[in-house]
Amino acid sequence: MRVGLFIPCYINQLYPQVGIATLEVLEKLGVDVYYPSGQTCCGQPLGNSGYEEDAKGACQVFVENFKEYDYIVGPSGSCIYHVKKHFDIIEQTPDVINVRNNAFELCEFIVKILGITDLGASFPYKVGLHKSCHGLRGLHLGSCSERMDAHYSTEEDLLAHVQGLELMSLTRKDECCGFGGTFAVFEEAISVKMGKDRIQDHLNNDVEVITGADHSCLMHLEGLINRNKQPIRVMHIAEILNSSI
Amino acid sequence: MNHAQKAEIFNKNEAKVNWHDKALWYVREKRDNAAHGVKGWEQLRDLASGVKAHVLSNLDELLIEFETNAQKNGITVHWASNAEEHNKIINKILTEKNAKKVVKSKSMLTEECHLNPYLESKGFEVVDTDLGEYIVQIAKETPSHIVLPAIHKTKEEVDTLFQEHLGTKPSDGNPEYLTNEARKHLRTKFLTADVAITGVNFAIAETGGFVVCTNEGNADMGAHLAKTHIACMGIEKLIPKEAHLGIFLRLLARSATGQPITTYSSHFNKPTEGSEMHIVIVDNGRTEQLSREDFRSSLHCIRCGACMNTCPIYRRSGGHSYDATIPGPIGSILSPGKDLTKHSSLPFASTLCGSCSNVCPVKINIHEQLYKWRQIITKDVEQPVVKKTILKMTGKVFSKPKFYGLAGRSVRFMLKYAPRFLVYSKLNAWGKARELPQIKNGNFDQWYKEKRSK
Repeated sequence: MRVGLFIPCYINQLYPQVGIATLEVLEKLGVDVYYPSGQTCCGQPLGNSGYEEDAKGACQVFVENFKEYDYIVGPSGSCIYHVKKHFDIIEQTPDVINVRNNAFELCEFIVKILGITDLGASFPYKVGLHKSCHGLRGLHLGSCSERMDAHYSTEEDLLAHVQGLELMSLTRKDECCGFGGTFAVFEEAISVKMGKDRIQDHLNNDVEVITGADHSCLMHLEGLINRNKQPIRVMHIAEILNSSI
Repeated sequence: MNHAQKAEIFNKNEAKVNWHDKALWYVREKRDNAAHGVKGWEQLRDLASGVKAHVLSNLDELLIEFETNAQKNGITVHWASNAEEHNKIINKILTEKNAKKVVKSKSMLTEECHLNPYLESKGFEVVDTDLGEYIVQIAKETPSHIVLPAIHKTKEEVDTLFQEHLGTKPSDGNPEYLTNEARKHLRTKFLTADVAITGVNFAIAETGGFVVCTNEGNADMGAHLAKTHIACMGIEKLIPKEAHLGIFLRLLARSATGQPITTYSSHFNKPTEGSEMHIVIVDNGRTEQLSREDFRSSLHCIRCGACMNTCPIYRRSGGHSYDATIPGPIGSILSPGKDLTKHSSLPFASTLCGSCSNVCPVKINIHEQLYKWRQIITKDVEQPVVKKTILKMTGKVFSKPKFYGLAGRSVRFMLKYAPRFLVYSKLNAWGKARELPQIKNGNFDQWYKEKRSK
């Protein structure tokens, strides 16, 4: 099984430690993982802003980079969702179809494809899980509070096996943080308010570290935490799964 | 003003935003609890969606079937292709009946057609009898929510309003006292009304009858006391058979307010002796929406308002920030179909979180339609030059790995070395209330090259 590692643009440039943790976790699990050079972006910021047409070049670059792999794995639910859901704007060649079908968010790949939930990690902190919307409602990484289905959560399955980690319960279990890509800038007031409310929920429930499978949401929350000097921090779930504290 | 600007104004009073958010979240939670009590809730949604899709595919025949059966029952049926025709038809009936006073129960359609100002300009007295509607009417405002029209007002604000308009005593916002005073006032309106206008929740093709759901009984009070009852409905309100009510009545009130059923589900089938019943069937842009394949299912909507209660943006921006008859997520996919330019900011008033689609009892893929409208709006409506240029350039950069590498290095260099006042200038909306990410020494590409190059 050859796995292509997809490192989303903002993680590559701004959060290399998340990319490193993702790679190291996959290597620990014995995955034959490759990092194709020349990656750019999945095109999500353009599509969500209404400029899908201008993202076609980015989609083509993505497919070219990953067409030879059995699986494409990346540490960002919304980017993977974009590949699976919105790469319908380019011609559906066998390569495009394969790439769309075989793109997986990191947690889902570990639990569903590798069938592993215990990574032998330890992280002795009180952790709050931010269930990012595109991963949750788009990729169905877990059950949603709106739907009357049985409870499940891919990320919780993984975190449950991390030694010393105490997963804290939240008052609003899966409300959006207000990032939303360019929404964060064009609807600044609401975006900020939503983020503040989300952080407060974690603080009210004694969370020390907010984690999640989509670092873009965490980037937004971190921006607020740092500005307001709040006693809480964010870490991508890959960083926790890669910890042995 | 666009949605973002209105939302920003609403957010100047954070305590009010918190109150508004909590009030609606409470309704969302009530809805969750009520839905949990129904076995097969998700299948019920599938059924409802299926029935509505069937209705939209067979609308022509079902409408004729409904008209025929309604006429058999002695109901007069009118057809209006737009708001203007709708208002004229009502004016004509009122004039023929020599009516002066009209009581109205809740109807979003008459809001959509701006019936109240039209009738008032013709000299009729129109009173909204739903308490929430009555509050916004005397406040000279529009409903901010389709089920809870006055949810943007605190009880203290209603107290002040009633003191002005009804001469009530200051009561510190005592809901019981205020409701009683409104009831007393409305009672005389009911007793003296010439005509009652109601909306329609479900029109049944098979029987020619229709169902109106209220909690206050005001539709019944109006319709039973006045000699003439006019019911106004959009063409999409049809259901094929009476048995289908079993699906929709289970879903409607639970989705709307978390009640198992509305206090009154009133079935109107024929006029009583000596009185008249009219139905006005209105298109007003619905056929056009029906022709848009990507947006057709927006006509499934049964106006429960669940998408508003769950929407984290709606809860924090208030219904008036949408500047549309129907606010919130469903309004944001319906309104652009009516006036794309006026409502062009609405599909962007969302993070595409998808919660709206999940609560929708008739399974409208609201967030996917928001995405689709965005693609149309950037082509058909003039966009701010800066936004357009940046995004188009970004597209080019992402299509060329070399450009991207250069752009990535430049951004990181700037974020790391540029002075704070430059980075956090007025142009940086991100930085108004948030810090930018702290830049590490290298990016992942560089790390990989150094550590892993095989």
